[in-house]
Amino acid sequence: MLACSEQVPSRDSELLDPLSIVVTQPPYDEMRLPDGSQREHYRRYAEWLAVQPPSRIAQRRAEADSLFHRLGITFAVHGADEGSERLIPFDILPRILPASDWAVLESGLKQRIRALNMFLFDVYSDQDILRAGLIPADAVLCNSQYRPEMQGIQLPGGIYAHIAGIDVVRAGAGEFYVLEDNLRVPSGVSYMLENRKMMMRLFPELFASHSIAPVEHYPDVLLNNLTSVAPLGILDPTVVLLTPGASNSAYFEHAFLAQQMGIELVEGQDLFVSDDGLFKRTTRGPQRVDVIYRRVDDDFLDPLAFRSDSMLGVPGLLSAYRAGRVTIANAIGTGIADDKSIYPYVPAMIRFYLDEEPILSNVPTRILRNPDDLAYTLDHLSELVVKEVHGAGGYGMLVGPASSQAEIEEFRHRIIADPHRYIAQPTLALSTCPTFVESGIAPRHIDLRPYVLSGRDVTVVPGGLTRVALREGSLVVNSSQGGGTKDTWVLES
Amino acid sequence: MLSRTADHLYWMSRHSERAESLARLLDMHYRHSLLPHDTGHLDQDWLSTLNALGVMDDYLARYQRFETGTAFQYLATDRDNPGSIVSCLWSARENARAVRGAMTAEMWETINTTWLDLKGRVANPDDATGADFLDWVRYRTHLWRGVTLGTMLRDEAFRFTRLGTFIETADATARMILGRAGCALSVASTGSMAADAYAWTLLLRSIAAFEVYRKVYRDTVTAAKVTELLVLRRDVPRSLHRCMEEIDEALQDVANTRSHETQRRAGEMRAQLRFGRLDQLLETGIDQYARSFISRIGDLGERISADFLVPGSGE
Repeated sequence: MLACSEQVPSRDSELLDPLSIVVTQPPYDEMRLPDGSQREHYRRYAEWLAVQPPSRIAQRRAEADSLFHRLGITFAVHGADEGSERLIPFDILPRILPASDWAVLESGLKQRIRALNMFLFDVYSDQDILRAGLIPADAVLCNSQYRPEMQGIQLPGGIYAHIAGIDVVRAGAGEFYVLEDNLRVPSGVSYMLENRKMMMRLFPELFASHSIAPVEHYPDVLLNNLTSVAPLGILDPTVVLLTPGASNSAYFEHAFLAQQMGIELVEGQDLFVSDDGLFKRTTRGPQRVDVIYRRVDDDFLDPLAFRSDSMLGVPGLLSAYRAGRVTIANAIGTGIADDKSIYPYVPAMIRFYLDEEPILSNVPTRILRNPDDLAYTLDHLSELVVKEVHGAGGYGMLVGPASSQAEIEEFRHRIIADPHRYIAQPTLALSTCPTFVESGIAPRHIDLRPYVLSGRDVTVVPGGLTRVALREGSLVVNSSQGGGTKDTWVLES
Repeated sequence: MLSRTADHLYWMSRHSERAESLARLLDMHYRHSLLPHDTGHLDQDWLSTLNALGVMDDYLARYQRFETGTAFQYLATDRDNPGSIVSCLWSARENARAVRGAMTAEMWETINTTWLDLKGRVANPDDATGADFLDWVRYRTHLWRGVTLGTMLRDEAFRFTRLGTFIETADATARMILGRAGCALSVASTGSMAADAYAWTLLLRSIAAFEVYRKVYRDTVTAAKVTELLVLRRDVPRSLHRCMEEIDEALQDVANTRSHETQRRAGEMRAQLRFGRLDQLLETGIDQYARSFISRIGDLGERISADFLVPGSGE
């Protein structure tokens, strides 16, 4: 078996990754038509907004800030003052999607996740897709995200990515592209839920006048799915949420989801493996655990199997997992399906496993291990986005149109030295949505992360997390650089 | 429930309770300082309190010599003193944050808001001194108790929260009695009985028990009756008897295979309070009794930790 030893940066902060697409043409405005009039699905909202006194809006914005602080809806900042967790800025102007757009997204996302789960099953069993030559075998087998330990394990329901956060952007003509499939420990769903709660509290009248599809059942769907993938023969499974602990940047979300599902929030030190399985240490002695919803990366799950210096995991967890005594969601080794080097092959997976045409497009991607793609890319570096594979977004990336000649030349050398490490994509115009900024309301670039849940069925809760780059012209939704979030409304009619 | 979760809940409520007890104690000193007195008497009072809290050495190590101003600061806002009000509220909040999923959203919101407000107060020293600050601490801890009782499911998590509260209250009441008894003795030796009665009155007021005392005894304040009220009466919320009743009952609800001896000791302490006699207690001496109680409640706290909260790595 081939093996690679590259270190992969932690995904803890993947929510904070910058977007990688740069504007080269007038972007699609989510609210307004090119002639300046409102799009149909924003019409009622715009009428409401036009008659709101500015003082009321200002007061509501301040109220939102103070509530988020009080409720502690924050992310922890390393090395910051005690108790000074940061807020992700919240914009009260919602991102609205009409039912027709959502129908396309929903079916496309479900199709994509089905294929990705089938791919993972295949990769860790017979590897038909590699033998069919649709994906170069070494791109999978010599990828640090491929986990040979997973080979030949039977997972309940054959599901690997139980929870997926698929990053979707909309380009110049309004068409959707999938930018990235997050299949490891996608975060951010708590903001989807809390943003909605906040909007309902601040502007109840808008919910009376719009038919907005609810998202509040997300924790129920998630818990149902987790219960349904328990090891065979367990009737009333115990599900826990495994967190790296209170200093993790997404700790609020871990605590929030555990509480919403009514399951225990555990750290590695609370669990142990014995001959018959996995147990938690309780005030009444050891109790069995059947399903782990883990928010800890593969590398840290089991110091006996992966990183031996990890204090976050449970020694022996992998052997209990391999013996089928416990289900881990998401499964170990899902990173092979969301790696940037595998991303270009997702449309081929959909055709191979489902015999369907992809409903959602990939961003056209050049794979620089191919000599033709490499030659083209080197000729067009100033127009392209070049991304390093085997790494979280934002690391080792060249945004051609936004880079100096010196930066481009420096990156050119890196590409030539090891083309296998890179892919290249065209720069797309990212859609914009009106947003409250200091000077009033102005367009800002946005993306969308819907959450796709797989259990007995595949479910997409209508909506997702809309991230917004608050700085003018910026495409970086990274919250340390002025990125924020919006409530996302899917209209039912 | 998880031992670690129970541990955080237990210490969260202990720290919150300790903040309240300290506020009450400081309130007593504050009221005392408003009376006509000679400085030596007031200092005596403070020294007795610092001794009863068992922090005299630490205090002197930090501040070299005694002054009322620094004593107040040491117990109220000193972040280097892990036992100050501010440190206790911080610890309560950090324990809550570690298990925020195990409590109701309203509990978390209350404890978090307390901390956010406190940060604002500490940033402005005028807001963190004197009676107004102590009132604020009491108000916030009342709110905390209310939201706990008003929203929490009566499950194991609730029992461990209660255990923390009453172990801490019992300890605080015993220390208050010890501090007052230590001081009262030295005053009594100078023959100032009126001052002595007044000092016990201040203690009653600081724990909101003065009206209770009047209602129960319809009599002037004496050390003996105050002791009876705060030790033996089971209907007084902060009395040792009341606390032991709560502890004993909570322990029965969470009993496990290891906790037999802990239950027995709690039951024994409760029985002694239930059937104890005031004259015997006074014969032992109030300060002697309080010292012995403090050591037994400390032992109980350690046993609770060992049995439930941080069981060794053995399974």
